[in-house]
Amino acid sequence: MTAPAPTAVRMTGISKSFGGIRALDNVDFEVHAGEVHALLGGNGAGKSTILKVLNGVHVPEEGKIEVGGQPLTTHTPEASRAAGIAMNFQEMSLIPTLTVAQNIFLTREARDARGMIDDADSIRRAQALFDMLQVQVDPTALVGDLGAGQKQLTEIAKAISQKARVLILDEPSTALSVSDVERLFTFLRQLKSEGVAIIYVSHRMDEIARIADRATILRDGRHVITAPMAELPIDVMIEHIVGKKSKGLADVTRSDAVRGEVLLELSGVTGPHKPTNVSLKLHRGEVLGLAGLLGSGRSALARVMAGIEPAVAGEIRIKGETVAIRRPSDAIAHRIALVPEARATQGIIPAHSVADNMVMSVIGRITPRGIVDRAQVRAVAYRMIERLSIKTASRDHAVSTLSGGNQQKVVIGKWLATDPEILILDEPTAGIDIGSKSEIIRLVRDLAQAGKAVIVISSELSELLTACDRILVMADGCAHQMLDRADLDDPAETDPEYALQAAERRLQIEIQNALSINALRIKEASHG
Amino acid sequence: MAKPIPSPAGAFFANWRQNIIYIGFVVIFVVFALTLSDKGFLNPNNLLNIVRQTAMIAVMAVAMTFVLSAGEIDLSVGAVAGLATVTVAMAIAVAGPIGGVLAGLATGLAVGMFNGWLTTKVGIPSFLTTLAMMGIAKGVAMWISDTAAVPILSPSYSWIFGGGSVGPIPVLMFWMALIAGVGHVALRRSGFGRRVLATGGGETAARYSGIDTASIKFRVLVLSSCAAALAGMLYAGRLQSGRFQLGEGDELSVIAAAVLGGTSLFGGKGTVIGTIVGALMIGLINNGLILMGLEFSQQLIARGGIIILAVALSQKKR
Repeated sequence: MTAPAPTAVRMTGISKSFGGIRALDNVDFEVHAGEVHALLGGNGAGKSTILKVLNGVHVPEEGKIEVGGQPLTTHTPEASRAAGIAMNFQEMSLIPTLTVAQNIFLTREARDARGMIDDADSIRRAQALFDMLQVQVDPTALVGDLGAGQKQLTEIAKAISQKARVLILDEPSTALSVSDVERLFTFLRQLKSEGVAIIYVSHRMDEIARIADRATILRDGRHVITAPMAELPIDVMIEHIVGKKSKGLADVTRSDAVRGEVLLELSGVTGPHKPTNVSLKLHRGEVLGLAGLLGSGRSALARVMAGIEPAVAGEIRIKGETVAIRRPSDAIAHRIALVPEARATQGIIPAHSVADNMVMSVIGRITPRGIVDRAQVRAVAYRMIERLSIKTASRDHAVSTLSGGNQQKVVIGKWLATDPEILILDEPTAGIDIGSKSEIIRLVRDLAQAGKAVIVISSELSELLTACDRILVMADGCAHQMLDRADLDDPAETDPEYALQAAERRLQIEIQNALSINALRIKEASHG
Repeated sequence: MAKPIPSPAGAFFANWRQNIIYIGFVVIFVVFALTLSDKGFLNPNNLLNIVRQTAMIAVMAVAMTFVLSAGEIDLSVGAVAGLATVTVAMAIAVAGPIGGVLAGLATGLAVGMFNGWLTTKVGIPSFLTTLAMMGIAKGVAMWISDTAAVPILSPSYSWIFGGGSVGPIPVLMFWMALIAGVGHVALRRSGFGRRVLATGGGETAARYSGIDTASIKFRVLVLSSCAAALAGMLYAGRLQSGRFQLGEGDELSVIAAAVLGGTSLFGGKGTVIGTIVGALMIGLINNGLILMGLEFSQQLIARGGIIILAVALSQKKR
């Protein structure tokens, strides 16, 4: 930092309210050209709001915005784009019925001599973008047919293709594999050297520490601090985000579970696409983690157990008895509950009230003589709000008014209402702030202690390590290795926080091993 | 990324569900040709009759493809066509053919802008807007014409709009080909068409991408009413009169034609060529069933059955 870098974005005194709630309160935000600037904060801190203000989706009530020294006075997506701002959106800026290339260049398509859209040119340019990022995405595939990781790469390519002076990446890596994140970072460093200002939002501190130059932290709609990364070690960042001294995940104590009898046993279970030939035993009172990269078949295995994609081969036994799980209601009847991966579409009905969401899976039980028993609805909702300490204005408020972490608790509450013995949580902490994350992990431990069998799927290894007693490593649909949590600890390391990092490295190595062993296996199979 | 590129024919049959409308059209045509040849099905005049009877539906269905692709619906097309026949006929009586054409277009524009305004500005779903408009348009047509037929005494108008033919080819066929050609290019290759598909495929995503989705919806509804007015002008020319009953119930055939052709009722997906083939298929079925000597009641049942079968076969397997 010798010469003062030119300011790419200067937002001063930005305020914005939604229905009486102040989402942004007099916030200042400044980004230099040629830096990666991390924007941090818990859910409801105002990160998304300030980005949407900058991007023209929301109109600020107060405050000034300057982009490259020029005041931005019109607040529309088009005006922001004209000012050189490009942004990827977490999940909503792609159109499923169009192809990858059509999505990337939507409204900016190349035209031929007669003024007609030239799709062949879009495909070429999209391929060039993916080549530059060194990732594999088919530009002619329909976006609706893509997996989450490929969609995310398409989003990123769409933002990059605008050749913007200010590139906003809102959680660009949640569905990416480790190697794709690495390639993205290499590319971002290159953009940075070309003078592009990059605003990077992520809940993953390890990523922030690696890529960002400076960080701004928001809390409850206010600006807390802006500082170079050198002055923000991870515990300081977490302190500013949470607002109190906290060590993050490491302080969730993991007691040795009292393992009970085998509740669930899979042998040779194969799903319609994935998983392939998975066998495992799940005991009462334990938390089993499923680790692996995107596409490893973790979620597919969960969907098989929950009856969403019934198994095509193999046996599922519950308490020693073979059961047939053909549809979700079978799973619920056998007291299996799945807290699904996509909260907004698979977990809740956002416009319905907290109470109505809570009873969705037990509606048959509280409907004597065909009429919903409202007293029981209130009772279930009250019990779950208390038990999970859900922060909501009332049980009658729409779930969409809650923060991400509390929405997730509603989904968990909804499934706890079915009184399951086996609870499967697929990415329960995706996109929620670190405070809520610790709470949910603590809850998972409590449920196991209360005699339930829990399966947790998470891409954040530190979470798996904190929550689980055993971890099954998966790759390409196959179960690779069952690891005891205790075996991942390095006995020489005594500081709990460093111990977690050491264990995380070892688990990471196992996941990478699983992939290479699997690749080898596939190679051999194709040769033989 | 070396991927084997399938031959065009191979790809066509690999996606047979998607292309069921074309296969179905050929199958039905062949079946009718074999079983009804003695009743004059293959007679060129009969085949041209199918075109004559299909043209108005096809014109409206092309515009409906845009409306459905944008995630909206227009139930008022049949009634607007009927209203246009009346306004055109009345205007020709006082201002001649050119006045008639202008009156027809003005009718379409006025109704379409009103539909669009109610849907995008007031925020009433297009299903309700156009359902109400169906009644309003029909009522206005009955009221201003006193429920009587209004004769058109302009041979030139009647020739251009539906009655005439160039050699053996009816003028209606040119209209149909013109609208189909323009519609196909507009949906597949123009920026407007891409924005329509984006709006219907994911409205939030389209808005975030900088598309003015309200304006797109407004425009497809205007387009649809104008196409309905053109269809009304063709009805009026062909029958040399304006009557409020013309076009009655057409909205169902129009939507069926588009859906048969592979356009999604939920938006984001549509093809104009498919729609035209869908419209021709409905005309073909009607014609064949009449030649078979089925009663009207039986025709209705057979037609419904064939449409259900075609759409069911085109569904993606679950």
